[in-house]
Amino acid sequence: MGLVEKLVRKCRARSPWILLFDTGACNACDIEIAACLTPRYDVERFGVLAKGSPRHADILVITGPVTRQVRDRLIRIYEQMPEPKYVVAAGTCATSGGVYWGCYNTYPSLDSVIPVHAYVSGCPVKPEAILRAISVLVEKIEKGEA
Amino acid sequence: MNFEVPIGPQHPIHVEPLMLRLKVEGELIVDADVDVSYIHRGIEKALELRPYIQGLYLVERICGICNAAQSLCYCLNVEQLLGKEAPPRARYLRIVVEELSRIHSHLLWLGHYLHTLGFETLFMYFWRDRERVMDMLELITGNRVTTAYNTIGGVRRDLPPGAEQKLRRTLDYIEERVRYYEKVIDSEPTILARTQRVGILKPGDAVRMGVTGPHLRASGIKHDVRLDDPYSGHDEIPFNVITWDTCDCYARVKVRLRETSECVNMIRYALDHMPSGDYRLKIPPFFKAPPGESLSRVEAPRGELVHYSISDGGDRPYRYRVRTPTLANLLSVVEMLRSRGDYEVYIADVPAILGGIDPCICCSARILITDEAKKRRMITTLDDIIRFSRGRRVERR
Ligand code: SF4
Repeated sequence: MGLVEKLVRKCRARSPWILLFDTGACNACDIEIAACLTPRYDVERFGVLAKGSPRHADILVITGPVTRQVRDRLIRIYEQMPEPKYVVAAGTCATSGGVYWGCYNTYPSLDSVIPVHAYVSGCPVKPEAILRAISVLVEKIEKGEA
Repeated sequence: MNFEVPIGPQHPIHVEPLMLRLKVEGELIVDADVDVSYIHRGIEKALELRPYIQGLYLVERICGICNAAQSLCYCLNVEQLLGKEAPPRARYLRIVVEELSRIHSHLLWLGHYLHTLGFETLFMYFWRDRERVMDMLELITGNRVTTAYNTIGGVRRDLPPGAEQKLRRTLDYIEERVRYYEKVIDSEPTILARTQRVGILKPGDAVRMGVTGPHLRASGIKHDVRLDDPYSGHDEIPFNVITWDTCDCYARVKVRLRETSECVNMIRYALDHMPSGDYRLKIPPFFKAPPGESLSRVEAPRGELVHYSISDGGDRPYRYRVRTPTLANLLSVVEMLRSRGDYEVYIADVPAILGGIDPCICCSARILITDEAKKRRMITTLDDIIRFSRGRRVERR
């Protein structure tokens, strides 16, 4: 691994910007992730900023089971993100369908639609769990494993 | 020059995807259209396929923010089908949790609303104080957001020892903070300029469109399910229905702020007069409901929530219907966004108006502006429109 590559990786791990996208969640996971941005949990100390556009984001945080309506938009958003990109499935229903398992309008899980790098379980996820997921992912990015 | 501006369906903070199509003339909005179908999951159908007790956990996940109201409405509905009623202590405990989650929801909305108006500091303040409420919810119910506290025939557990003192201390803190915020909001010229005389909804229009909740009360109409149709011992607890008659976004902020202190008083009263006895009826987890239909109404943080069910005598509902308050309030957004006569709406007011009804679907992120005359399209983000609305200046990308 060259020096430049090492440096790039290090920098990347210092500023993982996230984009939050709701693909049919019940909002509980979304507000818990929003709570991470606020003073008590403060993910900004890891360099995490929530962004409004997929073109600015490194990590796509998905909450909710993927509904049929939103699937194409999700794929479009995923494609708009610059490489390298990472996806975090936040919440049981993004991971495995959760309580919506068997609903006629949802896909069984997020990874049947786009590739996923980290799963956070919990219904809703706890802010602590999200912090841990992000720090584990960042560690992996730094080591070049993700 | 006419533009069509579709906003949505994606947004940075805690929002359901929502598509809003605006027809604009220059900066003036002449027409609007809303589409909320993106997160249709088929919950009503799923409820018909699950036994009553499992439906309880699904119903909570219709909306994570008002989950206490949703599960309460469901429990009232099923109890009505069974012809049972929760014991007095359970009713008071339900009120405590319902009002606590109303405080959390209002603080969340206020913070988020001010964030869309460009007030980052107050956003952080509100959410910091909200964490204290979340701690209390966690202490009483065992979870922060989705509480699963109400259950068919009562509540799942009693107040843990020592919770009452902690709760009272938190209430004192919240009350003091709300007083402070009211002072800040009333003395901050930017907030006043962005909210006063913006998004006017006349009382007549509000009633005609079936608007509910704080949104209706901000149009000066005294309507509250807790008062009109007390469902869980609300007739025993005194409270004021807050109304405000300026009918604009400022009124919506004021109503929700004042309601927060009203909730604090209600919880205090409920704690003071907490009946003793059982906190739940013994109902087996799997049961068959007698044939019939039932309707229940609850005042959720965002307005009137209605559940209707039909039972055919089986162990699961034959039909279940949910009418959420946001759906009722959405129509009014279209009305408020339409310029007519001397009432003018600009693109810069969109975040303020849309945010004013409810945080559930507050805004949007990607905007596709189609220039009809030149057949050119440009993509902007919500950040851009917020920045634009702050500086009244468009940035093209
Ligand atoms: S995991 Fe649970 S809380 Fe989170 S969005 Fe899905 S249903 Fe809601």
